[in-house]
Amino acid sequence: MKLSVGPILYFWPRQQVLDFYAQVAESSADIIYLGETVCAKRRELNWRDWLDLARDLAQISGKQIVLSSLALIEAQSDIKTLEKYCQQEEFWLEANDMAAVQLAAQRQLPFVAGPAVNIYNPATLALLQQQGLKRWVMPVELSAEHLNAMLANYPGTMPETEVFAWGHMPLAYSARCFTARQQNLPKDNCGFACLADNTGKDVNTQEGNTLFKINGIQTLSGHCYNLLPHLQQLQGQGVDIIRISPETPAGTLAALANVQAFSQRGQFILRDEKQCDGYWFGREGMQIANS
Amino acid sequence: MELVCPAGSVNAFKAAVEQGADAIYIGFNDSTNARNFSGLNFNDSRARWALDMAREKGVKLYVAINTYAQAAKFQQWQQAVDQAAALGAHAVIMADIGLLAYAAQRYPQMQRHLSVQASATSAQALAFYQQHTGIRRAVIPRVLSLAQIQALCAQSSVGIEVFGFGSLCIMAEGRCHMSSYVTGESPNMQGVCSPAKFVHWQENADGSMHSRLNGELIDYFAPGENAGYPTLCKGRFAVEDDTYHAFEAPTSLNTLELLPELQAAGVQAIKIEGRQRSPAYVASVVSVWRKAIDSLQHNPQQFNVLPAWQNKLSELSEGAQTTFGAYHRSWQ
Repeated sequence: MKLSVGPILYFWPRQQVLDFYAQVAESSADIIYLGETVCAKRRELNWRDWLDLARDLAQISGKQIVLSSLALIEAQSDIKTLEKYCQQEEFWLEANDMAAVQLAAQRQLPFVAGPAVNIYNPATLALLQQQGLKRWVMPVELSAEHLNAMLANYPGTMPETEVFAWGHMPLAYSARCFTARQQNLPKDNCGFACLADNTGKDVNTQEGNTLFKINGIQTLSGHCYNLLPHLQQLQGQGVDIIRISPETPAGTLAALANVQAFSQRGQFILRDEKQCDGYWFGREGMQIANS
Repeated sequence: MELVCPAGSVNAFKAAVEQGADAIYIGFNDSTNARNFSGLNFNDSRARWALDMAREKGVKLYVAINTYAQAAKFQQWQQAVDQAAALGAHAVIMADIGLLAYAAQRYPQMQRHLSVQASATSAQALAFYQQHTGIRRAVIPRVLSLAQIQALCAQSSVGIEVFGFGSLCIMAEGRCHMSSYVTGESPNMQGVCSPAKFVHWQENADGSMHSRLNGELIDYFAPGENAGYPTLCKGRFAVEDDTYHAFEAPTSLNTLELLPELQAAGVQAIKIEGRQRSPAYVASVVSVWRKAIDSLQHNPQQFNVLPAWQNKLSELSEGAQTTFGAYHRSWQ
């Protein structure tokens, strides 16, 4: 199984992003996804910066670099950015919306369907494969059993399967910015409020349970998904790539180190009360199904 | 502009016909549709009855098969498409690419509309569905502003249908897993959001109330406060030091005042949400929208939203509140 680092879902200062990737370049990851997937207004790095970073990282690390696109396309300027990503031929595109699929397919740019593209059955995956899809990231709510059914019913050779295996899961996207709302700011004049949140803001029930996280227009799971204790099972299940989704830089690097420790010694260190793995076992996502 | 109305039951269907719907959308009574609630929807004989009535009254019948077909049970969704074709529905409303492709290949003559659950927000996304599955119309997610809808109408040759009234989904439809995260059941897979079987109302001695979903506290209502359904995105939660509706307060979408702009933009159809609603609700909402659209078409320059229409819609709204939602940027 290969190891990937998903796009940073949070809004980090430019230097923090660059420092993070300098470390990821030296990690055990095989694939790095780069780019802004949540909010087009976040421009600590613009599309040109991301492309430059992709080139640098590819050269330094030899890892596969994939450019990730926005999940919720709202404006014409979002399409323009997408077109820029599709005009290059060096890197695959992670399409997180059907507009990205369409543009990549038109330009015959190989693409990965990100977790926000709804692929729930072999017929859908096969149609996208005909259009140039090389890999799919399973929607986060799907289970091991579901993946089995995909594999069992696929007509032909399945593209690579990547599973979101560690990090807070993206659960929803809105026109509304919840971070701006929390600060009583209008979205059009948000002051980049989310730049202050390294990893989003917890949304707790009035009894203190963390249900969700808000991250700009995105809602994330309140608990950190963690399939790392089940790596052996994932391997036997036809998963080609596991995705570590960036949390704090230190936490992400620790998760990457954990995977390496597992493959070398079969051991795990990471586990705390705010983790979950329910989706993989066909349960509600927030559960620890296998404890 | 076509007025597309919901029916979750035979009586709601009758009500929509009587109040002047141009088209009515229904679902079969299983997880192939996104309002898979117990006691709702149409079995084959009821669907036939509905089609007969639709034909007799000159109303179109659309069938929503708008959940995502699961890998192990793809045939169940194919059968729903077969059933809609056998019935002679005027169109099927679908989101799943594989299923749309199946319908296009098997029943090319049956019109395909892209469901809002596909969350297509751009001309490029619509072009994908048009090229590969031959969609004729698309229902646009409630995340776009009026200006964005106008641009979409200008850029795409796919007919555009927008939401006029009903529950306000504040997340891009078809891309929200909040419900399955807390309950294990989702709009995409089971056709439900924050399903009733996980709801628990806890009445306290002082008259206050807790509403829970799968054990999690979604809201607390003080004595005398109106208690709303615990839909996850409409709960009151704590973020840092504030306890508030972190996502959205209970409110309904109402775009009646935007009707002239929507028509001028070239919007083909207005959709009323609410297959889960009562026949009385459907009758009231449809009657207001019928009058409004007729008035607009009769005399576009003099179009006025009558206070009586707005009052009636407000009475039927969640929390008696309505909003333009994302149609106006100030909401965002």
